[in-house]
Amino acid sequence: MGRRGLGDVSRLAYSAMAVLLALLIGAVLIGASGYSVKDAYSNLLVGAFGGVYSLATTVVMSTPLLFTGLAVAFAFQCGLFNVGAEGQLYVGALTSAVVALSLSGLPPVLRVIIALVAGAGAGAAWGFVPGYLKARLGAHEVITTIMLNYVAISLTTFLVKNYFRDPGPVDQTVLLPPGSRLPELVPGTRVSLGVVIGILAVALLDHVIRRSVLGYEIQAVGRNPYAAEYGGVNVRARTVQAMMISGAVAGLAGSVEAMGTLYRFIPYFSPGYGFTGIAVAVIAGQSMWAVIPAAVLFGALQSGGQSTQLFAGIPMELMTMVQGLVILFVAAPTLGSMLLGLRRRLPEKGGGRA
Amino acid sequence: MYAVRMENITKRFGNVVANDEVCFAARPGEIHCLLGENGAGKSTLMRILFGLYSADSGSIYVNDQPARIAGPRDAISLGIGMVHQHFMLAERLTVAENIVAGREPKKDGLLDYDRARRQVREVSERYGLEVDPDARVEEISVGQQQRVEIIKALMRGARTLILDEPTAVLTPPEVDELFVVMRALRESGTTIVFITHKLKETMEISDRVTVLRDGKTIGTVDTSGATPDGLVEMMVGRSLPAHDDQRMPPGETVLLELRDVSMAGRKGGRARLDGVSLAVRSGEVLGIAGVDGNGQLELEEVVTGLRRPSKGRVTLIGQNVTGLGTGRIRDRGVAYIPSDRLKRGMVDSFSLARNSVLGMHHCSDFSRHGVPRENALCEHAQGIVAKYDVRAESIDQPMGSLSGGNQQKMLVGRELARPHSVVIAAQPTRGLDVGATHYIREQILASRNSGKAVLLISAELDEILELSDRIAVIYEGQIVDVRPTGSFTERELGLLMTGQREGV
Repeated sequence: MGRRGLGDVSRLAYSAMAVLLALLIGAVLIGASGYSVKDAYSNLLVGAFGGVYSLATTVVMSTPLLFTGLAVAFAFQCGLFNVGAEGQLYVGALTSAVVALSLSGLPPVLRVIIALVAGAGAGAAWGFVPGYLKARLGAHEVITTIMLNYVAISLTTFLVKNYFRDPGPVDQTVLLPPGSRLPELVPGTRVSLGVVIGILAVALLDHVIRRSVLGYEIQAVGRNPYAAEYGGVNVRARTVQAMMISGAVAGLAGSVEAMGTLYRFIPYFSPGYGFTGIAVAVIAGQSMWAVIPAAVLFGALQSGGQSTQLFAGIPMELMTMVQGLVILFVAAPTLGSMLLGLRRRLPEKGGGRA
Repeated sequence: MYAVRMENITKRFGNVVANDEVCFAARPGEIHCLLGENGAGKSTLMRILFGLYSADSGSIYVNDQPARIAGPRDAISLGIGMVHQHFMLAERLTVAENIVAGREPKKDGLLDYDRARRQVREVSERYGLEVDPDARVEEISVGQQQRVEIIKALMRGARTLILDEPTAVLTPPEVDELFVVMRALRESGTTIVFITHKLKETMEISDRVTVLRDGKTIGTVDTSGATPDGLVEMMVGRSLPAHDDQRMPPGETVLLELRDVSMAGRKGGRARLDGVSLAVRSGEVLGIAGVDGNGQLELEEVVTGLRRPSKGRVTLIGQNVTGLGTGRIRDRGVAYIPSDRLKRGMVDSFSLARNSVLGMHHCSDFSRHGVPRENALCEHAQGIVAKYDVRAESIDQPMGSLSGGNQQKMLVGRELARPHSVVIAAQPTRGLDVGATHYIREQILASRNSGKAVLLISAELDEILELSDRIAVIYEGQIVDVRPTGSFTERELGLLMTGQREGV
């Protein structure tokens, strides 16, 4: 972060305060709607963290956000706003599902690895397009990635309907055979190896950003492309690479969902993981590791929210609203300072000149 | 009797004491220089007088009457006017409209433009401040814009006029014109407070000088009894040794050569660079003199590969480098001090350590197998900090938290530390105080004396004259003259820089 940024510790404290504040205001709203605040929040807490099943649900809900949040956070480092994680996730999911299905002759380990790589590759390809358009033509990545989201969602639906459809009433691929799935981590739950892959991805990208020449150059491009150019950095190449890496990670979000949770590709399966990933990345700020707690926060609100609806009879909408408040309070200052700081160039220090 | 008198003024910004019990007094009808290095507190003091800041303690007297100045409005009503370094004019409006803005003569609720024009004419004739009231501000030169600001202040009844570094934006002939105006104002009884850090101007124009250093008043002296060396000592707190002027004669080898380099302008506009041919030899400083905006930036960026020329050839140590990328050109041995240090020279949110290797971060000294060698980085940054006396708390602090002078030292240190045979130094001391300027110029000379070829691009004529072996004058993208430094007079250079060939 720049001078105006918060340190890691105070940042964490700030986020915790913001979550509390959001829950407080949420409590007022829940109370005003005629529901018991105590019931709501106890169910939220229990539903998110109380017991193996709840914890497992939270992890399952957090896993795709871990990837999409990481994807967006990584692109931030290069000054790129990847709004296209959603589309990258769809192409990754379909590619992995199709590859995993078509490789039934290979040993499971190989099958899974190849399918994952293929999904990441598809996401990278989907990220390459806006990266290249930005580097060559200066087309703004926000516009192009949003457009490509529509293309990806429609294209995958089209492909499934016409080429990879499971005979039956529903538009979806065939169920993956057990050998093509990501192994379960905790038997009896849907917690798969995906979450481990996600944490490894965080570790890897954190290393790239903080401890590699590539990361140095990507950050230089993100923070001051003119200085990067002056320093001999190939700005265009780094832009394309950052976008591809971001796309690959978002693609993996889809792969892991398809291979570890759904066991198939279903059109429109994502409830907006790619977009929630933006919120996760904004909360995580400049730190790759902070993506993990940020993803868990949203995963917990989701799983806790479900059980609140189920057991306390409180509509999901109210819990979604609490989620919205969390985003608002946690992310607003960061987002604000990011937008302000994005192109703020201080002229020669005005006040100091005497 | 004093026109204005400030006593024991103290002003703090957070932990920084910008003014510490400062005393200042200007007699009516004198030109009083407020001299000091950047950050000495000159502007702060005058902003307090003009009501832009309020002092934490201290008192102000205007014409020996205690005055309470809570804002510029109070200052103006007490007859105090200020012309800022950055002008506050509406570009799209005419000179007359700008001058009367805020107190427009009205007719039927609309601006009475004829009367406004007459008022402006009247003031401009009375003080010999020539301006065209009907010209749009965007069409007139910076020098004329400054005059508009002065007229604006005078029309609001200023008897004491504060000029904040007025010469920083002017060409040498414009400075002369400003001084004529200042003397005319003095004749008419106006008191002028002239903020500057330039000694030559102080000696030339002022009646008395007050020197500030580190927010404290060092003293007030009569200019007639002062010497430049004495003033430097007051400003810096020690005397500066003269540059070691035992110059080796330049070598014969041409290290950097431009042949017929042109760069097209915007569609229909004139070329930004027009057939520029230059050669810089080893052990030589070639100075590019010119008024800002005559192709210096383009020249700097063409040589370093940040822009491509539309025509011509750049040769570096005997090899054609035209159109190669910046990284590849610099790796062949170019140290480059860019004119815009904030935009080009650094990543302000990166630490000093990370900035200290920008452009060398991929070299084997600083990275291995794609991983930066943190220890080498830190050592390198520590070395620059120590050698260049960079005032920093730690090499882990962000570059942006340093003052401009320290940023520049860091940057110059980085560039001169890399293996190089050619130095491109663009505005290397812009905005720096006397001490830092002195040091950086010495480093450039040292580079020259060790056999490097130095291309020095500077808007400071003094700098060009002091450092260059030869001078090339650039005007509207063309090199209008190249000769050894000694063969130019300052007047000649001034004329050439403004495109006047006659009389040279």
